[in-house]
Amino acid sequence: MSFINYASREINCKIVYYGPGLCGKTTNLQYVYQKTAADAKGKMISLATETERTLFFDFLPLALGEIRGFKTRFHLYTVPGQVFYDASRKLILKGVDGVVFVADSQEERYDANIESLDNLRYNLTEQGYDLDKIPYIIQYNKRDLPNAMPVDELRRDLNPTGVPDFEACAATGEGVFETLKAVAKLILIDLKKGS
Amino acid sequence: MASPQMVMYDEEFRQINIVIEKLLREANAKVIFLVDKNGQLISGVGEVERFDTTSLASLTAGNIAATGGLAKLIGEKEFSILFHEGEKDNLHISIVGGRVILVVLFDNRSSLGLVRLRVKKASDELTVIFDGLMQKAEEKEKSGTTDFPFAEITDDDIDNLFS
Ligand SMILES: Nc1nc2c(ncn2[C@@H]2O[C@H](COP(=O)(O)OP(=O)(O)OP(=O)(O)O)[C@@H](O)[C@H]2O)c(=O)[nH]1
Ligand SMILES: [Mg+2]
Repeated sequence: MSFINYASREINCKIVYYGPGLCGKTTNLQYVYQKTAADAKGKMISLATETERTLFFDFLPLALGEIRGFKTRFHLYTVPGQVFYDASRKLILKGVDGVVFVADSQEERYDANIESLDNLRYNLTEQGYDLDKIPYIIQYNKRDLPNAMPVDELRRDLNPTGVPDFEACAATGEGVFETLKAVAKLILIDLKKGS
Repeated sequence: MASPQMVMYDEEFRQINIVIEKLLREANAKVIFLVDKNGQLISGVGEVERFDTTSLASLTAGNIAATGGLAKLIGEKEFSILFHEGEKDNLHISIVGGRVILVVLFDNRSSLGLVRLRVKKASDELTVIFDGLMQKAEEKEKSGTTDFPFAEITDDDIDNLFS
């Protein structure tokens, strides 16, 4: 749920990166952090285990600029992808304005992708959201790996409704900003519709 | 959408700041923040510059969300007050009117008892303001008189954000 502050002329939106364990959600945020000018970003917070798996969330605040005199801020969050952290994932989804589903293109992660996407839909429904009605983007990550499945196959099974989707290699940053831009755009268009 | 749009107007923003500035003085606190449950900072008074307010807001909301989850597990509705005691500084975190989080940071110039007492009074005042704010936002939405600037957004505006 975006927050429009007429007093300070700011608008804040929340973007959540969702997806199976190790698919590259945290890596997406790290890349955005590295490549964003110091004055446009806040501190990146990672609540992680000792082995760098996300424990609760990563958080990255971005202040991109102004639209019509309103400072536009995006708060990027990742969820912990490991199956047993489901309670935490539900909490992070609260108040979400837009979702990026990061799929792991590797063949052996096919089932994990499907399961995570089902889990996303279910958890959103529990919070009163409908995945088909909110700003939503898919990213096929780890395209650089030799065991990556063809995009056509991934698209067929993970993106039956044809939402905007992107190929990426978060490790090198390829596709990372395209993904972020696309979801930010959908959110702003959604806000516009709501007015 | 799952919950109504959160908004803030000049008038309510002023009223809120008057209440938390008074609380800052009366509770002898160092800094006070109001944070929305989704982790967005609403306002802050006191030694605000000393803190990374955006991070603070996000972690506070995460903290409240996590303890709220715990509460449900043991059959409580929520824990409406959290207290974190440090060596020098302490944090008193409470939920106001069910939807915003009030964070009071204080040291040994104050005490938990005093903070708790003053927070209680301030919470009642804040609840009235936030209830009014919600009502106002709903009325504006119903009557279609929002001064929402986004109706005029163009694709160019959006693209420019990322240039
Ligand atoms: N080859 C390759 N490796 C990647 C890519 N993106 C991420 N990785 C690696 O995959 C591993 C896991 O990445 P994370 O970003 O921590 O994954 P996550 O989705 O945050 O995982 P959880 O926090 O457990 O949910 C790391 O070692 C990354 O370097 C990619 O595009 N290609
Ligand atoms: Mg992670």
